[in-house]
Amino acid sequence: MRPFTFVRAIDADQAVAGYAREPEWAMYLGGGTNLVDLMRLGVAEPGLLIDVTRLPYDRVEEAPGGGLRIGAAVRNSDLAADPAVRRDYPVLAAALLAGASGQLRNQATVGGNLLQRTRCGYFQDVTKPCNKRRSGSGCPAVEGDHRNLAILGHSEHCVATHPSDMAVALTALGATVHVRGRAGERIVPMPGLHRLPGDEPDRDTVLDPGDLITAVELPPLELAARSRYRKVRERASFAFALVSVAAALDAEDGAVRDCRIALGGVAHVPWRAEAAEEELRGGPATDDAFRAAADAELAAARPLRDNGYKVPLARELIVRTLAELRDGTGADASGGTP
Amino acid sequence: MDVPSKGTAGGAQRTAARPPARTDVTVSVNGAVERIKVDNRASLLDVLRERLGLTGAKKGCDHGQCGACTVLLDGRRVNACLILAVTVDQAEVVTVEGLTDGTRLHPLQAAFIERDAFQCGYCTPGQLCSAVGMLAEAAKGRASAVTADLADDAPVLDEAEIRERMSGNLCRCGAYPNIVAAIGEVAG
Repeated sequence: MRPFTFVRAIDADQAVAGYAREPEWAMYLGGGTNLVDLMRLGVAEPGLLIDVTRLPYDRVEEAPGGGLRIGAAVRNSDLAADPAVRRDYPVLAAALLAGASGQLRNQATVGGNLLQRTRCGYFQDVTKPCNKRRSGSGCPAVEGDHRNLAILGHSEHCVATHPSDMAVALTALGATVHVRGRAGERIVPMPGLHRLPGDEPDRDTVLDPGDLITAVELPPLELAARSRYRKVRERASFAFALVSVAAALDAEDGAVRDCRIALGGVAHVPWRAEAAEEELRGGPATDDAFRAAADAELAAARPLRDNGYKVPLARELIVRTLAELRDGTGADASGGTP
Repeated sequence: MDVPSKGTAGGAQRTAARPPARTDVTVSVNGAVERIKVDNRASLLDVLRERLGLTGAKKGCDHGQCGACTVLLDGRRVNACLILAVTVDQAEVVTVEGLTDGTRLHPLQAAFIERDAFQCGYCTPGQLCSAVGMLAEAAKGRASAVTADLADDAPVLDEAEIRERMSGNLCRCGAYPNIVAAIGEVAG
């Protein structure tokens, strides 16, 4: 690990000003569960590390207009345990609990979870080319090991996936991200925080250097009380998603009044399934309609040589998740062992 | 075109070489206050093992994937390998060496012996600290990914719950059945 200067910030102004003094080499440190690992691997080599975990953003509270305001320094386990989240946004609690391990959730912050990097093996191996790590060096994953990588929205330059479970739930819920930058505060909607790789795969998000996430806000959303997260992975626990679905459904008298769907493990961004939602609203709440909606979304899929399995997996996962929401069945948080 | 991305490998090579920086840290470890100067790069795990002589917490993967390094930080279980020691100033750390009450074993330690919950023992300190933290989480009514009702604030720690909640601790000897039994006995 390369030597670095360490600073503990006590407020956002101090953190942002500290970053601005050395923008080439500064990085913010949250829980560090991803960044410290990347530093050890030589993938990240900050010269200045600014600890932002002691900033006053460690609370979950009711937002001014209803909804919930979540401080960026709230630990993942504390957010999953929050009574309002468990009651009003179960998809978020379930997504958090489906991610990582008890130890990692105790350490990881909300802001850091959003900004974690892909677990693509080529990105994490400094002996290999990777356009995300070193722009223009190439993407061995396109022809190489891409079994777990993207089927939607990828480019010839990058086929990585975003690894977060939490972000998939936040994308389905239409959360907003509060950001403090040098020019003051602004709000970034989800979806919209993360970006598709295009020809700049080194940029995971729309944030500018030095931008600091201070909070995530959930809108008041009645149908979120009936929401769930299902995740398929290679073992029953403590593994990244092959495909995951965050969904909320408001169905009455056999018809879909409203719904929210987002997919994880399929793209460079947590993928909001707007085409599927559009197809469903106002239509029948039948398995056939759910399947047609999933197909409408997945029509855009461009699977790689070895990850075509994700297309039917995503389709069936969408159908089952919506059916369970409609029927009130399969109540455990993760959807159980896939 | 071959442009290093900011903050990633290659990028920092252009920075002026920085000397290894050290920072003063005051931390309580198993009840004793330690004032030490740590290399900013040192993990909490390395400082515990190599500076403070507490070799109970183990280095398995050093990537947060095996749980052998699990300790309690301000009462919560964490992976000591992923925590920079410089960040724990003013915190309280408890390692497996701090679980005993004098010469009396912690009930989990006694249950692990009683139930033969290990073979080589390398993962055991991490299993024990993780189980202590996990039982405290459950006592606060926290749910897990297999809890049937997320709103249930009194989850029962059956075998499925224990297995899910302990999934951050690997045992390559495969002593899982007895680990689950030992924890289940203490969970009541």
